[in-house]
Amino acid sequence: MENEIIIAGIGQTSVGEHWEISLRELGFYAMDAAMQDAGGIRPQALFVGNMLAPNLSNQAHLGALLADFAGLTGIEAALVEAAGASGGAALRQGYLAVKSGMVDAALVVGVEKFTDTIGPDTEAALATASDSDFEATQGLTPTAQAALLMRRYMHEFDVPADGLAGFPLLAHANGTGNPNAMFQKAIKAEAYQKAEMVCDPINLFDMAPHADGAAAVLLTRCDRLPIDYPYPLIRIAASAQATDTLALHDRSDPLFLEAVQISTGKALKQAGISVDQVNFFEYHDSYSIYAALSLEAAGFAPRGKGWELARDGALSLTGRLPCATLGGLKARGNPGGATGVYQTVEAALQLRGLAGRNQVREFRFGMIQSLGGPASTAVTHILERLQS
Amino acid sequence: MTENKTLLKPSRPVGIIGYGAYVPRYRLPAREVARVWTGGKGGLPIKEKAVPGLDEDVVTMSIEAARNALARARIDPTEIRAVWVGSESHPYAVKPTSTIVAEAIGAVPNTQAADWEFACKAGTEAMVASIGMVGSGMAHYALAIGMDTAQGKPGDALEYTAGAGGAAFLLGPAEESLAVIQSTYSYVTDTPDFWRREYQKYPEHGMRFTGEPAYFKHITEAGKAMMEANGTTAKDYKWAVFHQPNTKFPQRAASMLGFSMEQIEPGLLVPVIGNTYAGAAIIGLTATLDIAEPGDRILMVSFGSGAGSDAFDILVTDAVKERRERAPKTQEYISRRTEIDYATYVRYRGKLAMK
Repeated sequence: MENEIIIAGIGQTSVGEHWEISLRELGFYAMDAAMQDAGGIRPQALFVGNMLAPNLSNQAHLGALLADFAGLTGIEAALVEAAGASGGAALRQGYLAVKSGMVDAALVVGVEKFTDTIGPDTEAALATASDSDFEATQGLTPTAQAALLMRRYMHEFDVPADGLAGFPLLAHANGTGNPNAMFQKAIKAEAYQKAEMVCDPINLFDMAPHADGAAAVLLTRCDRLPIDYPYPLIRIAASAQATDTLALHDRSDPLFLEAVQISTGKALKQAGISVDQVNFFEYHDSYSIYAALSLEAAGFAPRGKGWELARDGALSLTGRLPCATLGGLKARGNPGGATGVYQTVEAALQLRGLAGRNQVREFRFGMIQSLGGPASTAVTHILERLQS
Repeated sequence: MTENKTLLKPSRPVGIIGYGAYVPRYRLPAREVARVWTGGKGGLPIKEKAVPGLDEDVVTMSIEAARNALARARIDPTEIRAVWVGSESHPYAVKPTSTIVAEAIGAVPNTQAADWEFACKAGTEAMVASIGMVGSGMAHYALAIGMDTAQGKPGDALEYTAGAGGAAFLLGPAEESLAVIQSTYSYVTDTPDFWRREYQKYPEHGMRFTGEPAYFKHITEAGKAMMEANGTTAKDYKWAVFHQPNTKFPQRAASMLGFSMEQIEPGLLVPVIGNTYAGAAIIGLTATLDIAEPGDRILMVSFGSGAGSDAFDILVTDAVKERRERAPKTQEYISRRTEIDYATYVRYRGKLAMK
């Protein structure tokens, strides 16, 4: 018990277009909130999840930058980068550091500042997550890649034109209960049907909006918590990370996300639970299609049937597997390398029973999953509320 | 900071002696831009925009507006001591527009002449400077013009609205005026929301950034400071005019400052002539003066990217009724309308590279 890794503190900024707030300020707000939430525990290590700061803000060396700005100079600090999975990967590094016993308390912050650039500069930066020699130079963007997958998925499994509508409808419905979400307005099925195409068949609602934001969690061992620690204990029951081919065209079956399968399998094994025992799932819905494919590769749905779970309401807050419970990437917003840490903060809120009107009914095991590119990296964590 | 929000007031009261508008005849419907670039899909920010003819530019259009202002003022043009033209589409990079205009209206050679640049508020910047000239006693009359043939990159969101037109204001002593400019206030910050660098053909913009931290922030701060310093609210003004880059922005700015849609209606011209940039707020003022009654109080707030706003508190006098009949009204220019298609627009605006 004393060796369990506990999420002692959580912090987040709202997600949106924070033109007046710089990269370091965003990160600091979340870090400060997480440290205070943990009762003032001072971390010995800082792991920063970020995807694009060198491209978008001309800023590398985020470990020193944020440790310095937060008044933590002297501690160990470094950047963890795995494209859209950077936040999940940073959480895993924090977990490993504390679990190894080399560090008593680690702070994990995910931060992304998109609004320093616009248009082609942002697109070019995002494309650096793909295979530069064989994909980006051919003009393939992450959105085009997701569109190719979605079209193939609809073709292979006879999915109707608005078959994936359930994912953004769910996300927006749940976003209404999250004060930190970028979009807090529900949408109707007709709005989805009428939406402009971004990259056919991906329409405006099939794609999560890139935005600014930062989230942080403070990890420590159970025996290091303050005596008067006020929250129910939430432990990291499992942490697993896997890779797939970087380029989509190198996969024999592009519609099966192997890294999702591997990391989910390892995580379930470590937690000692079956997939049926997961109470809720924070998937990586950067595009609707990745939500569907993740549900399938993780074992929640048979091949080609993931979209039906969204259509049938199984993923709603009262369904059998609540997903994107505070809006997901689609409605909360997609702050790149910070998303994995947002998922952690949101799952912790659910497990503490503090998710307000978005509170799920069963909350012992929550699974969170962070994807980089077309799941070229997949990081899966299972959090558990410890019984007092 | 509050104590420094002092209003700009000249030592000698200044007013508008004459005003004149100009809008070119051609109209490009926004649906034409949508037809070519989006297959007709998507919302339209305005109905149509004014397009200059092949033989029109900021010089010719400024002369038209200046002549209208002089016709209303009925003064001797040799008494004008400043001819100032604000625009972001001066035909020459080096060589003033204003000397050509001054020559054409007979104001040379005993006059100042210069071109002003501050994106969409270059026109009101020239007006504030003119108030200084007249209000200090350096000049009896000064002519301030805001005029544009705005550039919109083909296919860009701004191509729907980048219009052509503007207005000229002859300023002089308040006792001779058809409207007294009681005070002005300017609010300026370094906000890079919209720009065009030297040698670039079309401007660039920061997408949604042009809204909240740029347009709305500056317009409302300038408007609020003006009203706070005067101890007024929206109810004390009969009319209001705000910079109008599209239909929604000035409507929302009006609501934020407590003004009704009726108060901005006479000056809201963007739906039918487009965004006339340096001319946008002040051509709205001409249309408002065309219908205002003596005693009406008007609030005008311009906005220029980069960014800043000038607010004006204006009181209409008895002279307005007679003088406004001496030149074509702004609505007459708006109803003088020849619709063109996108291809004609491309030809008129020189968007085809011929060599």
